[in-house]
Amino acid sequence: MNGLQQALAGGVESGTVILFPALGELIGERAGIVNLGSEGCMLAGALAAYALTAETGSPVLGVFVGAAAGALIGMAHAYLVVRRRADQLASGLVMWFLAVGLTAVLGAAFVSRTATPLEVVKIPLLGSIPGLGPILFDHDPLVYLGYALVPLVWWILFRTRAGLVLRATGERPEVVAVAGRRPELIQIAAVSIGAALAGVGGAQLSVGYVDNWFDDMTNGYGFVAVAVVLFAAWRPLWVLFGSYLFGVALASASVLQAHGVAVNQYLLDALPYLVTIVVLVAVARRGSNQAPEGVTRALTNTS
Amino acid sequence: MHASTSAGREARARRLKSHAVRAVAALAVAGLAAGCSSASSSSAPSTGGGSSSAPGKGASTVGFIMVGEENDQGYNQAVYTAAQAASKDLGVKPLLAANVPETTQVTATMQAMVNEGAKVIFATSYGYYPFALAFAKSHPSIVIVHQGGLFTGPGKIPANFGTYWGEAFEPVSLGGMAAGATTKSDKLGFVYAFPIAQTIDNIDAFELGAQLTNPKAVTYTEATSEWCDPLKQKTAAAALLSQGADVLSQHQDCQSTVIEAAKAGGASVVGYHYDASDLDPTGWLTGSAWQWAPVYESIAKTAIAGSFTGSRYNANWVGTFQADDNPLGLASFGPKVDASLQSRITAKLATYKTGASIFKGPITCNNGKTLVPAGVTPTYAQINAFDCFVKGVVGTVPKS
Repeated sequence: MNGLQQALAGGVESGTVILFPALGELIGERAGIVNLGSEGCMLAGALAAYALTAETGSPVLGVFVGAAAGALIGMAHAYLVVRRRADQLASGLVMWFLAVGLTAVLGAAFVSRTATPLEVVKIPLLGSIPGLGPILFDHDPLVYLGYALVPLVWWILFRTRAGLVLRATGERPEVVAVAGRRPELIQIAAVSIGAALAGVGGAQLSVGYVDNWFDDMTNGYGFVAVAVVLFAAWRPLWVLFGSYLFGVALASASVLQAHGVAVNQYLLDALPYLVTIVVLVAVARRGSNQAPEGVTRALTNTS
Repeated sequence: MHASTSAGREARARRLKSHAVRAVAALAVAGLAAGCSSASSSSAPSTGGGSSSAPGKGASTVGFIMVGEENDQGYNQAVYTAAQAASKDLGVKPLLAANVPETTQVTATMQAMVNEGAKVIFATSYGYYPFALAFAKSHPSIVIVHQGGLFTGPGKIPANFGTYWGEAFEPVSLGGMAAGATTKSDKLGFVYAFPIAQTIDNIDAFELGAQLTNPKAVTYTEATSEWCDPLKQKTAAAALLSQGADVLSQHQDCQSTVIEAAKAGGASVVGYHYDASDLDPTGWLTGSAWQWAPVYESIAKTAIAGSFTGSRYNANWVGTFQADDNPLGLASFGPKVDASLQSRITAKLATYKTGASIFKGPITCNNGKTLVPAGVTPTYAQINAFDCFVKGVVGTVPKS
């Protein structure tokens, strides 16, 4: 692989770490609930996936348990916000704090334990396409799940009745209630599913890509995911683009250094954030502000 | 720049992030534990007694405070293992506190240890320094020693306080020798966090060590701008492996991600901080590992005998090979390092003990500048002011 291919391939792997929590956050926010605890859901997912994989030897089981761990934290957040009318931002941060503390304590036994990670599966034929194959089709299965999930989420949100109801809940829950649906249940479900996806993102980090558990290993990537959703204007395809862009910039920083290109280290470190924000703001958000009204209320009307 | 400031800068940079995170973690856990621990640790501030007797004299209980996990296969595990061993040897009761953030919680922990009878306390993280110094001043009968810090005043160093550390670049150069001799591609990879003096010294020593066994060896460097970010460590290791590097080393707090990446990519590893050979028994070449037990024992013994004040530990102490007391030593050898290479490395170690230096000139920077003129052996202070990578290192030191 040449440097460019390597930056792109590494970008797809690390971008997938952002993509899952970002898609999850998009689902929740489309239903009107911001989950700043995404970072915590990722951490819980990363630990649960790694712990199960280390104990059972099955990374696939690990991924499912990682999703469940993320969902549990998401449900707690949804309960506080939807049922108890807690402030969305405060509750999300509390979930994050809680997850950092809990995973540090529960995860202590798994620091420097070894585990068998998800295997890289090279897709027949597609993986052999010159140039493109190694970039897109020579990864762990969660990367492919990410490919499938983006169009699926888009289709459900914008082409099905369930998606319409979910989006309506994010805009005017009272209208949804009048139409005979239960907006609170829809919100709790949306946030929980979104948090499960964040858990899968954590699993991609711990058993998909880096094959390791360490406390606070998500290092803010869950917040990057929340930001990507905002800058991608709540649209799944742009979330995909933003996540991979971040990943590619991250991998590029490593590839540039390995090739001895003299770029200032601190600039390289800022690169993923700068590029992602600038590009998404310049391209994706041009024109309309599509913020779901529920999200706008949560962000502006912090009681 | 003064000798030990680099150690301090490293540790400070390392702890900047974890400071916030641990505080947050502690908050969440404390919430769960319903504050039962804070009740015991924030109890009435006893003064620690008068200063009539020598500080630490007759201590039968010794405290150790760590910032991280006791099983991190790194910096903190080295502290933990040594604390256990030293206490056993001395026949004293150890009080071990892990995951203590660099906040006033250090003070509370030290007070709790004093209440439990500790007369000697080892504060082992750089960010503990201000708390440790203040505590020493207010508790003159307790010996407080700090790992990696540097007392620079104001005033005279308190009679019951001191700092200690070890010279890192020489053991790192020995790991470089193992890397240079075993590489097939002549390409080595080094993952680091920030271009602080100690890291620059380590990378330079690693490459110079590699050149001793393989003049063609080149070290590719990767800065992650984090002391422990597994995602960046992974992208860095992947880039190095794809560049053809077949030995990876690092100056990071957590080393397992790079080791796992090397293992998966069929490369070898040279470790740092702790002997992590069990993570990759076949790929492990060797490394530098903290062996704090003799230092802890020596300090505690000095205190117990009542002669701490005015001793070498009542100052800024740095262990070296030359003085035969460097706490950072050579880790175990892996199977790829054969007997003849092992004896070359241990022979080199022996020369360090008699005053040789890996940084004896001539040494040239990779930008062509002269770093050390021919025939000159730089002082420890000069070495800690190195500001370039040597010839053979691919990478530049950024101007911050």
